[in-house]
Amino acid sequence: MGVVVFPGSNCEYDAVIAVEALGATATFVWHTATKLDGVDAIILPGGFAHGDYLRPGAIARFSPVMAAVADFAAAGGPVLGICNGFQVLTEASLLPGALQKNRGLTFLCQPTTLVVSSTRSVLTREAQVGQELSIPINHFSGSFTCDDDTYASLVENDQIVLRYRENPNGSRDDIAAVCNLDGNVVGLMPHPERAISALLGSEDGRVLLGGFLGRPAFA
Amino acid sequence: MIFSVLVEVSLRPGIADPEGATIERALPALGFTGISSVRAGKAFRFDVDSGSEAEAVSTAQQLAERLLSNPVIEQCVVRVESSR
Repeated sequence: MGVVVFPGSNCEYDAVIAVEALGATATFVWHTATKLDGVDAIILPGGFAHGDYLRPGAIARFSPVMAAVADFAAAGGPVLGICNGFQVLTEASLLPGALQKNRGLTFLCQPTTLVVSSTRSVLTREAQVGQELSIPINHFSGSFTCDDDTYASLVENDQIVLRYRENPNGSRDDIAAVCNLDGNVVGLMPHPERAISALLGSEDGRVLLGGFLGRPAFA
Repeated sequence: MIFSVLVEVSLRPGIADPEGATIERALPALGFTGISSVRAGKAFRFDVDSGSEAEAVSTAQQLAERLLSNPVIEQCVVRVESSR
């Protein structure tokens, strides 16, 4: 498992700890890397890549590693973008839509209840449609936006992966996560890597990350 | 020649603009009335060294569409302000 680190990423250790808690091993991949050797899945973690200057993800998408991530995704490799990583994937056109500033123009840091909408993505393949998961959010630009044609194709192709039960940020149709056509590239604003221990409020992230890693959620 | 270019980036019509809406709601409290359709955006100024104005605009347009704006939700207008 590789965790991509951009200048300004700040959730890379959370991602590694979560991955290791599920019994997998993780390595950091610096944003200047041009190859992804020896990894069978990639996570783009949360944070503020390149300071979020211009727009979240706008500069990061031009990092050398993103060409390798695009090749890895095109070959069917599982790619997960969490929060800022989701923003990077949309800017890179590896996922549809865009993430705008939250409706209320406030930074949101709170638990949310997500409802699983599709299980055809690598993130939700071990979950059940309709299953509710408690996962925290921590973002300023998390309002999922797309035009009507894109929205129609998301619905038609079953690419809406997770929805908020109560919409916190103005996302279109309560969307919290989407995947690409093949389901191997997924982005979500909530942080499943921060929901792997009941002691910290929720372990519902295990179902998502366990599915993504192809490992049991509870060893 | 050096062309001074202005690029204005704004949200596409129909895309919700919470920043513009918040500014608009604040205006009556400051005594400004009759103001509507407030849209927030960004402006970028830079110089382009180029053989012709058309070439400078074309370069700036490509830059604006590839980096300065996200075409999924934003539009951009490129204008040459001066040359020397």
